[in-house]
Amino acid sequence: MSIYLPIAELSVNIFVILGMGAAVGFLSGMFGVGGGFLITPLLIFYNIPPAVAVATGANQVVASSVSGALAHFRRGTLDIKLGLVLLSGGLVGATAGIQIFSMLRRLGQLDLIISLLYVVFLGSIGGLMLWESVNSIRRAANNKPVSLRKPGQHNWVHRLPFKMRFKRSKLYLSVIPVILLGFAIGILTSVMGVGGGFIMVPAMIYLLRIPTNVVIGTSLFQIIFVTAFTTVVQAATNFSVDIVLAALLMSAGVIGAQYGVRVGQKMRGEQLRAGLALLVLGVGIRLGFGLVLEPDEVYSVVSGSFGF
Amino acid sequence: MRTAVLTLVAFMSAGIPAAAQLADPTVIINDKFSERIDIGISTNEIAITSDFSGADITVFGAIDGADELLLATFAYDIVVALEGPRLSSTVRRKERVAGIWMNRHSIRFEPIPASYSMSSTRPLADIANLMELASRDIGINNIRLVPTGGVGDGSRLTEFREALRRIKQASGLYQRAPTGVQFISKALFRATVRLPANIPVGQHKVRAVLYKNNQFVMEKVIPLRVVKTGLEQFIYNLAHLYPLAYGIIAVLLATVTGWLGSVIFRRD
Repeated sequence: MSIYLPIAELSVNIFVILGMGAAVGFLSGMFGVGGGFLITPLLIFYNIPPAVAVATGANQVVASSVSGALAHFRRGTLDIKLGLVLLSGGLVGATAGIQIFSMLRRLGQLDLIISLLYVVFLGSIGGLMLWESVNSIRRAANNKPVSLRKPGQHNWVHRLPFKMRFKRSKLYLSVIPVILLGFAIGILTSVMGVGGGFIMVPAMIYLLRIPTNVVIGTSLFQIIFVTAFTTVVQAATNFSVDIVLAALLMSAGVIGAQYGVRVGQKMRGEQLRAGLALLVLGVGIRLGFGLVLEPDEVYSVVSGSFGF
Repeated sequence: MRTAVLTLVAFMSAGIPAAAQLADPTVIINDKFSERIDIGISTNEIAITSDFSGADITVFGAIDGADELLLATFAYDIVVALEGPRLSSTVRRKERVAGIWMNRHSIRFEPIPASYSMSSTRPLADIANLMELASRDIGINNIRLVPTGGVGDGSRLTEFREALRRIKQASGLYQRAPTGVQFISKALFRATVRLPANIPVGQHKVRAVLYKNNQFVMEKVIPLRVVKTGLEQFIYNLAHLYPLAYGIIAVLLATVTGWLGSVIFRRD
């Protein structure tokens, strides 16, 4: 059964889209990620114009992060003050990102830059995560304690000025690296259509030494607002948010996520991280091949709005 | 009758400065011949609904004042083409740079029909000579592709033109049925033109061209609107006329979906 997407201006198979949403929802529930880094490449593989895929991906991430953040808010594992500081950088970053996005589209290099960013980020983050989780699994096998955060140990980040106290996180930290991190993630949100959790979470844990229990809730909190802002600005400047596509992805995704969460709860943390790392690497490698292999058609045409 | 035609012509010429689109003459006649062609379609509006997956439209027509003998010897040929709205197109060519395939060269072409679906009584090469067909933009290979701005070397231009036609055909936007026009009785004919699923919305036109012994006789053009309907139309208009409100609605929809998800399947 096909359904016409009013903004992408093409007909797609409704079951393929629902299946994509459910599969990505399952994985995002299992690994506790937003899923934007999976949905956007999948949509591009399915011939949705990249401009629409990125903007609609951001919209879909709003739904999955609202779900996640609410759960963390109930459990009290969300530092709103820290989230707001991240957000202030994030909104500025997203605004800059939209400008970059529109400029790349005019130059005809948008698709290339989106793919390159995915390859670089997914490749490096996936590689690091895999290395870390394999080490953890090995340590666990030797019955040594598994710890991500070494308390009391400080790095250069903790010597920066403009410090602020974050009660929930039990931290006294400079706002500079927090705002910069938010800014960088904001750019990625508008250019790549991701929430950026897969970069923000490791950065918060390893770089800012924020306690692991508040990291995911807080990152989801700021992702809600940055992706929401990006969706509105993309809709207003590039007219590229397809609400029909987003609604299909979201509804299937929310349901898929519930089953993913159940499976995820039965797995050990380091196994989950290793699984996520393999997934991230896999998507990165697939996109990398797309850049390196000779395409079937070296020409492309853009007529009117999005081209094909 | 004559007064009516004259009034129409006067109206059209008066309309030229206001809207160039209207300047397209709907009838072109070669005075050497007395035959006339007329066509009709059952609808002047094609609606794209949510389950639209392409459509066939049938165009009926007749040759007025056709010579019986010439009809019997297949001396008349008809080309029916459905042309989409004109859009300027940019063709880009990927090249390998440092191991990565990226867009390097681009050529922008003056507005060409976004879609072009053609039906004819015989393959075009048998209907008229290339010069004649090209002068009227008839046939996929004869649509004029005029580059705008800098082009670089000329040899590349041919490649870019071929690529544009090839990609348009591969995506179904340009297509042809060399035997799609059939005579159903002596001077009555029926043509089927295919609308692809990705047909652009806007003002299309149905062109019917009559040839007699490889010579142009007459062209008749009638308009056909392709519109989105119902919800699709509403969403498209909302997104383009009130983009800010549309964006906010998209976010609210996502928020409610996410909230519902967390309430219905409470995780903790």
